[in-house]
Amino acid sequence: MYAFQYHRPGSLKEAAALLGKLGDGKALAGGQTLIATMKLRLAQPSDLVDLGAITELRGIKVEGDALMIGALTRHAEVAASAEVKKRIPALAVLAGGIGDRQVRAVGTLGGSVANNDPAADYPAGVLGLGATVITTQRKIVADDFFDGMYETALKPGELITAISFPLPKRAAYAKFPNPASRFAMIGVFVSQVANGSVRVAVTGAGGGVFRDAALEKALTANFTPEAVTSVKVSASGLSSDMHASAEYRAHLIGVMAKRAVVAALG
Amino acid sequence: MTVKLLLNVNGKEVEADIDPRTLLVQFLRENLRLTGTHVGCDTGQCGACTIHLNGQAVKSCNILALQAQGSEVLTIEGLAAANGDMHPMQVAFKECHGLQCGFCTPGMVMSATALLKENPKPSEEQIRAGLDGNMCRCTGYQNIVKAVQTCAARS
Ligand SMILES: Cc1cc2nc3c(=O)[nH]c(=O)nc-3n(C[C@H](O)[C@H](O)[C@H](O)COP(=O)(O)OP(=O)(O)OC[C@H]3O[C@@H](n4cnc5c(N)ncnc54)[C@H](O)[C@@H]3O)c2cc1C
Ligand code: FES
Ligand code: FES
Repeated sequence: MYAFQYHRPGSLKEAAALLGKLGDGKALAGGQTLIATMKLRLAQPSDLVDLGAITELRGIKVEGDALMIGALTRHAEVAASAEVKKRIPALAVLAGGIGDRQVRAVGTLGGSVANNDPAADYPAGVLGLGATVITTQRKIVADDFFDGMYETALKPGELITAISFPLPKRAAYAKFPNPASRFAMIGVFVSQVANGSVRVAVTGAGGGVFRDAALEKALTANFTPEAVTSVKVSASGLSSDMHASAEYRAHLIGVMAKRAVVAALG
Repeated sequence: MTVKLLLNVNGKEVEADIDPRTLLVQFLRENLRLTGTHVGCDTGQCGACTIHLNGQAVKSCNILALQAQGSEVLTIEGLAAANGDMHPMQVAFKECHGLQCGFCTPGMVMSATALLKENPKPSEEQIRAGLDGNMCRCTGYQNIVKAVQTCAARS
């Protein structure tokens, strides 16, 4: 790891000001991705701004028709939250399936979403629920936030402060985990809102999380496992690697979407 | 650059000026000489470096020591009673032969104790899922699971 200057601000305002003036500074949340990246010297920030002491970034609350989760809220906290389990159980399931217990005790919502790993779980939940990412500068709807592999709409120095998840009528997440890392080989998040319209977000398949228009159309017309079976998922554009071919990933999208629909119908 | 770190480790207050790059596991092993916490992979995968941070199992190779600022850290050295009696989980590992080479054992024991705190009577499946972040290259896990079941049954 290259040397860096360390900062531990006590408030969001202070953190944003620091990141605004430090050219090569990076925010440190749980560090479950960033520390490994720095050890490999794939990242060499001049400064680390540790968000760990900023209590205002933590917490879960209901605001109107949405669940508001602070950026620094740990995966384990979301998984165990009575409020999340009651309002959007699919999100608690998703958080409880990230990595392992030690990673969940430290990794955060904001860190995962900002990192936008193409096989990460939270991006599927954020896009699949049509959530809004709230930052130190603006509000960004999920459809405008994710921008391909490890890329997002965040500008340098811009921090995620919370994510607002609208409460769906029903939702579920199904993941086929990579047996070693637990990242998604394929993860599918399905949600249906009160007017019947459905969102289907897929992670692990390619260059970043995306919505599947054909599955959304079929499920909006008919929210059943059979509707999923009627759609032939194309392998075109999906990634092939040592873990799975594009064709196998396409097959898994169908299988996971079906499992998610069954779970959502509960 | 050095930064002051204040921690409580195994019940003792610790203070040190450290390079911010220092990982928590490095601080425990090299500064405090608490070498019971092992480094297996140094990439956050194997769980050998698992300690408790404010009561929760975390991988100490995957966080900076400074991220633990002001926290309570418990390592395998702090698990036994003051008079040296082993913790019930350590007793169970010994009795059930839950270890062979012993390299993964400190991390396994720390994860297992965190698991039982949260879920005192876990099923076999819950034990296996709860120890997901810890790898053992020797035992095939059978006797580790048995040790956790034995400890849970006694408490
Ligand atoms: C063994 C292991 C297994 C894992 N398995 C999974 C898995 O199955 N599924 C999965 O989804 N993930 C998995 N992860 C990743 C894990 O979820 C990480 O916690 C997460 O990706 C990053 O969160 P963090 O809080 O640790 O962020 P950090 O590592 O601290 O930061 C990651 C990036 O986000 C930036 N950042 C952090 N917070 C903010 C913010 N509030 N605003 C703007 N930028 C910010 C940082 O500058 C950095 O670039 C795994 C990790 C490990 C080590
Ligand atoms: S040494 Fe920390 S997880 Fe392997
Ligand atoms: S006992 Fe040897 S690695 Fe587990």
